[in-house]
Amino acid sequence: MEDSLYFEEQHLQVREMVRNFAREEVAPVAAHFDAIAEFPWANIRKMGELGLLGVPWSEELGGAGLDLVSYMIVIHELAKVDASHGLTVSAHTTLGTSPIVHFGTEAQRRRYVPLLASGRVMGGFGLTEEGAGSDAGGTRTTAVRRGDHYVLNGSKRFITHGGVGEIFVVTAVTDPSQGTRGISSFILTKQNDDLAAAQEHGIGHDASLRPMPGFSSGKKEDKLGWRASDTRELIFQDVEVPAENLLGAEGQGFINFMRTLDAGRVGIAALSLGIAEGAFEEALKYASVRKQFGQAIATFQGIGFQLADMATEIEAGKHLVYHAARMLQEGKSVTKSAAMAKLFCSELAMRATIKAIQIHGGYGYTKEYPVERMMRDAKICEIGEGTSEIQRLVISRELLRNLVA
Amino acid sequence: MGGTIFLVNFFTMGAAPVKIAVCIKRVPEMDGAFKIAASGTAVDETGLKWDISDFDGYAVEAALQMTEKLGAGEVHVISLGPDVVQETLRKALSMGCARATHLKCDVVPFDPFAIASALAAELQGGGYDLVMFGKMSIDSANGAVGLMVADLLGMPMVHGCSKLDIAAGAGTARREIEGGGELVRFSLPAVVSIDEGIARPRYPSLKGIMAAKKKPMDVKPAQLGPVRLTVQKMDLPAARAAGRILGEGAAVVPELVRLLQQEAKVI
Ligand SMILES: Cc1cc2nc3c(=O)[nH]c(=O)nc-3n(C[C@H](O)[C@H](O)[C@H](O)COP(=O)(O)OP(=O)(O)OC[C@H]3O[C@@H](n4cnc5c(N)ncnc54)[C@H](O)[C@@H]3O)c2cc1C
Repeated sequence: MEDSLYFEEQHLQVREMVRNFAREEVAPVAAHFDAIAEFPWANIRKMGELGLLGVPWSEELGGAGLDLVSYMIVIHELAKVDASHGLTVSAHTTLGTSPIVHFGTEAQRRRYVPLLASGRVMGGFGLTEEGAGSDAGGTRTTAVRRGDHYVLNGSKRFITHGGVGEIFVVTAVTDPSQGTRGISSFILTKQNDDLAAAQEHGIGHDASLRPMPGFSSGKKEDKLGWRASDTRELIFQDVEVPAENLLGAEGQGFINFMRTLDAGRVGIAALSLGIAEGAFEEALKYASVRKQFGQAIATFQGIGFQLADMATEIEAGKHLVYHAARMLQEGKSVTKSAAMAKLFCSELAMRATIKAIQIHGGYGYTKEYPVERMMRDAKICEIGEGTSEIQRLVISRELLRNLVA
Repeated sequence: MGGTIFLVNFFTMGAAPVKIAVCIKRVPEMDGAFKIAASGTAVDETGLKWDISDFDGYAVEAALQMTEKLGAGEVHVISLGPDVVQETLRKALSMGCARATHLKCDVVPFDPFAIASALAAELQGGGYDLVMFGKMSIDSANGAVGLMVADLLGMPMVHGCSKLDIAAGAGTARREIEGGGELVRFSLPAVVSIDEGIARPRYPSLKGIMAAKKKPMDVKPAQLGPVRLTVQKMDLPAARAAGRILGEGAAVVPELVRLLQQEAKVI
């Protein structure tokens, strides 16, 4: 989209760099890490060095100091080649780091953000629980104040970077009588469970972070897609969390996390768009070289029209994503536009990847081509950070906000 | 001359900062499909993507690594061409070069001497210890500009370095030659051109991209030399005919040999 209204020269420079990095460093290893389902530490280190793990944070906090359009470009371009790498950026930055940047005290920001922004350690966000998925307000994890600390008990489910991360922001109920206004958030630290692999690359751990006794990660999920991303349970057994680790005011945790998810959804929309565009590019390339009945299959109208539809929908997705990113950058409420972008782009990713496989015929169903992985990676985009049903719920609620009491 | 004064400094003071110029060319990326323009003498540029010529990128990286290793000095980049070359210069700035010079002309002439004259005019008196080029540009592949600049500046020239080191007023370089390598030593100031294998260009970091916006970019008219060489006609390689599979195993070898002798006439 050289002609895009959303991009300036600097955005194009960021895009070119990330595109080259994705093509040269990520594409060659994507199938491998999908197959072995391990975290790609070597690339994580390189991404940290390039500034990709702290794109929007100020240089003072160790970030790159770029805007949110640049940040979405990073996720989008990585996901074109490998969704897991794109997710790492999104989950680490928006989910793991942004609550500390936005809701933390000055001391908390200085303590944790530079470690995260540089990619020295990975961060995560613990909201979902076994009984609290779409209904995230149904949090059961409790935090009881005892003197100068809180004691946390409970568990979180499906937490991205649960094993590989060291810094987590999590929600817990501090006042059960207050419903969602009785949910607070905390900053917790534990040791990386994949330490040996990480330290081969000199990252993944910081000795200054105190592992909190009783805070551990559970089993690693064996997933359909996003296999190079680490998803685990987080377990809290009488974890003593110093009161200074309360993130934001008591009772504000749920509200703050919902705001975080608004931004997170733009990131997942960018990621989904990347998957769709990556699959489209593969399909276009394949259809122009694969010959049947003596001609390139792209020249059959039945294929050409599918490519035209994919390209059009992707263009529409770009407008939704980069418009929402601009709104976010300008500090406007993105509840509706983020939900729309995520809903449209995640469903587009599914449609586009299925079409891409179809265009590849039998070859698309094998691991010789990346489109089957892209399809597996696309499915979760309709589930994570709010299912498509929940996005529709959010959008319809926004539509009816001033109409129905 | 600035370079001579510097030479003295280097010997007496040790870690004096080095000043390196790298001349870079903006070229089309080679993985696309090319068409010949209506003129018949140039490539049709519509839809092409552009980047620093490969060997020039290695030169930028090698220059940055040398100044980083010495802990002192800076790398300037120079490019000749229309305004769009500023994009290419900015990329080199975002990789870590300190300053850029755009020698402006509407069309890059094909004659390497015309280009070399403009570059030499800019480099002359710039006080550079080392002037670097890629071994050749990957589009026109003349490999001549660097050599001509060295001659115009009256400096020693090492063509096609695969390793390069400078210290104390002199440099050493390795060149890959047919069947082996050779190590050469040269005095500074000098001109070198860079072969592949010396260093893989770094990705510009996001911080580098931000910093590049604030770095100086001088724009000057290119003082091109006379153009005495032009392209008369360009053509694309003939399309290759589809291959033929004769079969498998030893049984088809006699037929293969017969075809290679009588049809392809290659043995
Ligand atoms: C790979 C992966 C990574 C994840 N990473 C994180 C993370 O880092 N942090 C985190 O906190 N969570 C994370 N999650 C959790 C994710 O956000 C939840 O899985 C998601 O919100 C859905 O919750 P659930 O799985 O409990 O499904 P449920 O809420 O049980 O939903 C089941 C079905 O019911 C539908 N449904 C539910 N309520 C309604 C309704 N009101 N109207 C209509 N339909 C409804 C849903 O749409 C869905 O189809 C991750 C999940 C996965 C799989």
